[in-house]
Amino acid sequence: MSTRASRLVGTGRGRWSALVVVIALVVSVPVVSVLVAAVGAGRPALPGDLGEMVLTTVLLLAGVGLGSAVLGVGLAWLVTAYDFPGRRLFSWMLVLPLAMPAYVLGFLFLSTFGPAGGPARLSRALFGDSWVVELLSGALGAPVVMTLTLYPYVYLLARASFRGQGQATWDAARMLGASPWRAFRQVLLPLARPALAGGLAVVMMETLTDFATVQYFGVRTVSVGVYLTWKGSFDFASAAQLSVLVLGFAVMVLTVERILRGGARYDSRSGHRPPAAPHVLTGAARWWACAAAGSVLATGFLLPVVQLVWWAVRATLADSSSLSTGRFATNLTNSAVMAALAALACVTLALLLTHGVRMTGGRLARGAAQLTTFGYAVPGAVIGIGVLVAFAALDRWLEALGVPGGTGLVVTGSVIGILASYVVRFLAPAYQAVDASFTTISPSVTNSAFSLGASPMRVLRRIHLPLSRSGIAVALVLVAVDAVKELPLVLLLRPFGFTTVSVWVYELANENFWEQAALPALLIVALAIVPVWFLVRQVRLAEPHQQVTS
Amino acid sequence: MSRIRRSHRSALAGLVVTATVLPLAGCGVLGIGGSNADLQIYSARHYDLEGAFKDFQDETGVSVEFISGNDAELLQRIKAEGADGEADVYMTVDAGNLWNAGEQGVLKPITSPALTEGVPSDLRDGGNQWFGLAMRARTTMFNPDKVKPTDFDATNTYAGLTDSKWKGRLCMRDSTSAYTQSLVASLIDLDGRDKALATVKGWVANGVDIKSNDVELLKAIDAGTCDVGITNHYYLARELKKNANFKVTPFWASQSGGGTHVNISGAGVVKTSDNAAQAQQLIEWLATKGQSAFVDGNHEYPVNESVEPEPVIAMFGEFTRMPLSAEAYGSQNADAVKVLSEAGYK
Repeated sequence: MSTRASRLVGTGRGRWSALVVVIALVVSVPVVSVLVAAVGAGRPALPGDLGEMVLTTVLLLAGVGLGSAVLGVGLAWLVTAYDFPGRRLFSWMLVLPLAMPAYVLGFLFLSTFGPAGGPARLSRALFGDSWVVELLSGALGAPVVMTLTLYPYVYLLARASFRGQGQATWDAARMLGASPWRAFRQVLLPLARPALAGGLAVVMMETLTDFATVQYFGVRTVSVGVYLTWKGSFDFASAAQLSVLVLGFAVMVLTVERILRGGARYDSRSGHRPPAAPHVLTGAARWWACAAAGSVLATGFLLPVVQLVWWAVRATLADSSSLSTGRFATNLTNSAVMAALAALACVTLALLLTHGVRMTGGRLARGAAQLTTFGYAVPGAVIGIGVLVAFAALDRWLEALGVPGGTGLVVTGSVIGILASYVVRFLAPAYQAVDASFTTISPSVTNSAFSLGASPMRVLRRIHLPLSRSGIAVALVLVAVDAVKELPLVLLLRPFGFTTVSVWVYELANENFWEQAALPALLIVALAIVPVWFLVRQVRLAEPHQQVTS
Repeated sequence: MSRIRRSHRSALAGLVVTATVLPLAGCGVLGIGGSNADLQIYSARHYDLEGAFKDFQDETGVSVEFISGNDAELLQRIKAEGADGEADVYMTVDAGNLWNAGEQGVLKPITSPALTEGVPSDLRDGGNQWFGLAMRARTTMFNPDKVKPTDFDATNTYAGLTDSKWKGRLCMRDSTSAYTQSLVASLIDLDGRDKALATVKGWVANGVDIKSNDVELLKAIDAGTCDVGITNHYYLARELKKNANFKVTPFWASQSGGGTHVNISGAGVVKTSDNAAQAQQLIEWLATKGQSAFVDGNHEYPVNESVEPEPVIAMFGEFTRMPLSAEAYGSQNADAVKVLSEAGYK
């Protein structure tokens, strides 16, 4: 919709501001419904060890945050700046653990490192005790498993920010005589800061809302408290009140993110530059690099997949009736279509939000856009109830207005409810990714376009969209993968006869039929790999084939 | 610059294709506007229900479809859907959950001689809103190499585990588990709150090792890292089916005293159901002719005393159950959670 008329910079942007605010308000409705339920309740029946839960949550957040930052940034730098055996392969394979749901990896850890598992038996045979091994099936297992499944968020965004600018800056710093450590600390880390902050925010929100994985390891976070309160006292209002506490944590996380970003901006003045050739590692160093990347990939993805395949084969041999093909196709299609729709919806909205914020540059718009990320910090089931309550209210309201039948079962009678809740929940990672890539577009680029008379829509189409392509690709993947893995929302809001792969895993895993659950768990992994593969191709397309110079 | 433009174009083309194809694919998904089966069941019990429902359909011609989920959430959903809701039957595990559904007023009282006859009175609601259909026992399990049955306190086996001779030998389930909560709620009902609190404190004092699921717990007993644990009976039946040499033996708790703690899965007709008669017919069938089809898949005990349990669990021998008070399980659950946290039980 480009207009040929030349316009003054700044006119016509009120509409963008309004758009951002409207999106923010609509997305916040379910969260607000939960808040209303919380306020409407009387004195909360809070669990007695709340203080301990808060402390546990802080410790877990710190552990997972630190672990993901180290793995994500370290590995991203390794595959961007250095050449070692298998680098090209690792560069995309290191994203794969993203496809492994934490609740699946968690269980694998539990059965592998538990007292009845092989490593523990071996340890008892050798040292007469197995408590060291069993740490991994205990409290230590939670941060380890979550780090392994979540670091790709940081890795993806950090790699995107290193590509194109990291190398040249690094080379310049090194040539000017900075030590590698100093160059990394003073040049690269600041460069990766927006990506690191965005990635970490996503990681922490995921950690915050997880309740399945932490329960395996007996780690009691605030989210576990929400479920305990809800199920233990049959009292949703108290659960809602606890959710507010989880939200408080989310505010903290987002504040930390802002501080991490520190208002610093590093944007390239010239769009994207082709990356310089990586340094070729020689001698022992290349094998160390290979081992570092390999061990993370093996524990986070390869070995678990082997274990799942082994279980799936065993379960199928024991009972081949589980292979009813119709169910396979239906559940897979359901998961795939929902993930694709969610990804498209979230990324479109994220793009409108970031662009809108850039158009108006106002505090109001930025604050409103921030508001949309809160949904990610509320446990899935609580958001689900929020969506139910909001739609039920809408239904009653329409009926009161005389619309026959109101909306009826619009939420649970179709997948609209699931989609709506996906948007509420997953707009955050999409927004983080797109926003992080917007930080690399200099405002002067935007302003030049304006001064040449382009309309905001045209700027979006011709400037912002192409320049934030890498962020958009990452956002699509993050949402799609998240949507495939998501469980509580689907469980609660799905219509009759609608099953996804994650629900299928849940039904079996919930009753400890782990061997039977291995097959659908593998399907989740396989499905989640698809968008990851697309992302890799997209990155490859954008990069000319690199000649490795020695 | 030209490179960007080229890939930009391909990305746009990709987007256009996705945007047109997806809605088409999505139509199939989005078009689901409710179900066409005769009966809709909201079930928080996931053990192999298809088989039993299929038998019912073959016998009566009434088709059944179900949605699985979490009990608390499904209940919220029934309430939120209100009169628009499709649910005819609410089925769940745990008497406390059934009692709570009754209290929340989402179930419809039904008059059925078949059910009052077939289901023992402590396993159904006094107001006939819900009926137990399958029974599970939560009892002591031990490694026969390390423990003799005579080591246990036969009068109050659960409280007996506070004896210092069990120090460092106990494994139990975490406090977030409904199994643990119901067990403690029943102990509060049986022994009073103070005694129940002392019991849980005693377990903690004995250095109880907390496991997050019953299967891991049994495997730990088999591996010899715990000597004694408390689990549901059917998990042992499952392991024994996989491995006949599994080194765990059940000990029926408190047989000289209050009896072994049991819990049920059960169902009730949803108040807003459009097919209450057929819904009632299904529950009646599950409690009588369909008992074996319903309980054997999960190695549970039939509630109907005229139906024999399957051989695997018949091997465990007969036992006397602690009379089940659904009201206690439900109303004391919150207190049980408090007791557990007061005692420092993780």
